[in-house]
Amino acid sequence: MRKVWIRYTACFVLLAVLLAVLLVWNVSAGSVDFTASELLAALANPLDAGIIWGIRLPRVLAAAILGGALAVSGFLLQTFFANPIAGPFVLGISSGAKLTVSLVMIFLLSRGGTAGSMTLIAGAFAGSMLSMGFILLLSRRVKQMSMLVISGVMIGYICSAVTDFLVTFADDSNIVNLHNWSMGSFSGTSWDNVKLMSWVVFISLGLAFLLSKPIGAYQMGEVYARNMGVNIKRFRVELILLSSILSACVTAFAGPISFVGIAAPHLIKGLFRTAKPIVIIPACFLGGAVFCLGCDLIARTVFAPTELNISSVTAVFGAPIVIYLMASRKSGPAGRASS
Amino acid sequence: MREVYLHTQDLSVGYNGRPLIREIRLELARGQIMTLIGPNGAGKSTILKSIIRQLELVGGAVYLDGRDMAKLSEHDVSRRMSVLMTSHIHPELMTCEDVVATGRYPYTGRLGILNREDREKVAQCLALVHASDLAERDFSRISDGQRQRVLLARALCQEPEVLVLDEPTSFLDIRHKLELLAILKDMVRSRNLAVVMSLHELDLAQKISDYVVCVHGDAIERQGPPEEIFTADYMMELYGAARGSYNALFGSLELEAVRGEPAVFVIGGGGAGIPVYRQLQRQGVPFAAGVLQENDVDYPVAAALASKVVGEKSFRPIGEEAFRQAAAVMERCETVLCPLTDFGPVNEKNRLLRKMAEEAGKLKETRRPEGGASPFPVSVHGQTASFLTEN
Repeated sequence: MRKVWIRYTACFVLLAVLLAVLLVWNVSAGSVDFTASELLAALANPLDAGIIWGIRLPRVLAAAILGGALAVSGFLLQTFFANPIAGPFVLGISSGAKLTVSLVMIFLLSRGGTAGSMTLIAGAFAGSMLSMGFILLLSRRVKQMSMLVISGVMIGYICSAVTDFLVTFADDSNIVNLHNWSMGSFSGTSWDNVKLMSWVVFISLGLAFLLSKPIGAYQMGEVYARNMGVNIKRFRVELILLSSILSACVTAFAGPISFVGIAAPHLIKGLFRTAKPIVIIPACFLGGAVFCLGCDLIARTVFAPTELNISSVTAVFGAPIVIYLMASRKSGPAGRASS
Repeated sequence: MREVYLHTQDLSVGYNGRPLIREIRLELARGQIMTLIGPNGAGKSTILKSIIRQLELVGGAVYLDGRDMAKLSEHDVSRRMSVLMTSHIHPELMTCEDVVATGRYPYTGRLGILNREDREKVAQCLALVHASDLAERDFSRISDGQRQRVLLARALCQEPEVLVLDEPTSFLDIRHKLELLAILKDMVRSRNLAVVMSLHELDLAQKISDYVVCVHGDAIERQGPPEEIFTADYMMELYGAARGSYNALFGSLELEAVRGEPAVFVIGGGGAGIPVYRQLQRQGVPFAAGVLQENDVDYPVAAALASKVVGEKSFRPIGEEAFRQAAAVMERCETVLCPLTDFGPVNEKNRLLRKMAEEAGKLKETRRPEGGASPFPVSVHGQTASFLTEN
């Protein structure tokens, strides 16, 4: 027992150190480069401080918070579907949110208004729930894990196609922003955004953490979870709501970001060698944050000054993990969507 | 009479509101094992799933300790009832200890952290099912038998008053079946548990159950203590089995007899005949068996497999009448086998039969390892040489 806790502690320390290093690195790196030691001095200079405080820090914090949110959302969905390759992106939930956010933006912009963050989150949440509803309906008929994922990918394509259509024919010049956003990016995050997303994400995260006991029971399957005293109906609703809010929040601020929701939980479970939610939920948050910070660093710096969209980078690292997961499951019993 | 702990009142169970089985009235006291038997698809699992609230009841009610289960919270039920179902589970990265520890769920706090007492109980339950050495092993990498034991430990760890098990012995080999049921029996006695389960193995059901419920068609066809249920005729009827037979005393099954005019006469008794009867039946040779007292261990098997049996009343030496009859049957057979080697005052006439066969040149050797008539010559099965290939 003690040995296990030593392992957990060591892993948490490792994640925290990685997170700290990446935070500093992300803040320093960019078109105006600072070394870590220059960073403090730079804060004294009003111009540099403006770059660091006004542009980089909020962006870096957003990447960390939203990355963590995606990972936790993915972990919740994987638990719900008893399926290691479930995640907000592959199930089409992010794309659903993207579609509704585009609709909201176009509608408001065409009337000369601007879309507030809260409105965008609400729109994204509605879209998430819509896609989720489709997936839940499908999961009653489609019992095979891979088929469910394919259905999710298809839903994602349909939503993306409709979004692209809207973006193409909406001729307002502001739509350029929309286009950038719909590819996924952390750029242009303001402190107000960070404040709001922190509220939403950390409250959801806290609630998810409080659910770790029934989540642990649910990992044993519905039959046993019920027998242990879990109110299955209520628990499933809670799980769906939390994972949808988390992924909706990410989509509202940064657009759809692929594969973090699958890759981070998988890597974290492998690192900690456990799936106990009480450990894995906070660890997933840290892991997702590290993963996204790393990917954002690459997106910003590798081809600087041209910036890649974040989803391209996360896909490069995340998709192979998904392929690996699908391939390694063939020896095991066929996965199934819980009904 | 002990107090009833679990009972159902006019329970109807089924799927989507359509009843599959109606008017189920079960009563189970603590310290008792109730077993559901019946053909595949009869609805044994449906009844169990309804009792554990996995399925909604179509009608009626289940009472736990005198209270309607529909009105109890999940938490209340979880402290009284635990389950071991057939659904395969694939928990990720969980050791057997972790799996057993999930049984403590109803007793731990908001975050489900185990205290020292919980941990001790987990260790105890693992020890009870002889699985302490599995504690650190990955649950998804142990054998079926080990898995069932670990899941039983999990169920016990929940400290239930009633245990519901759906075919706990499926997929287990004979050793693990016996082990699991022995553990269960111990638990029932030492913890005063009530157990309701379904079993496929009639022989085991007959031996372990205090009360047996037969599920057939759209109702409980019969229920009662095993002595009343396990009769040869009823078992054949319950399972709609037309071929073969069921031995109620031993709970064993025999294949169908080979009909027709006997070609071989087997002089048996005291267990010596059984392997020979079985082999002849397998080869499709109609045979006669004699002379056997009705209380001879060979008798029920001969009655099930031989096309003709010459018998004598229990506890009597073989009389003239039976002897004449046997001699007449033997006359018409081409071959006589005599696996019997022990003769005494009670089966003196069998020795005479053997002598007659020898003189007529009909007696063929039944090759047995090292002479000696062990009462249950199991090793005969090992012989591949047929009794009849010499012909």
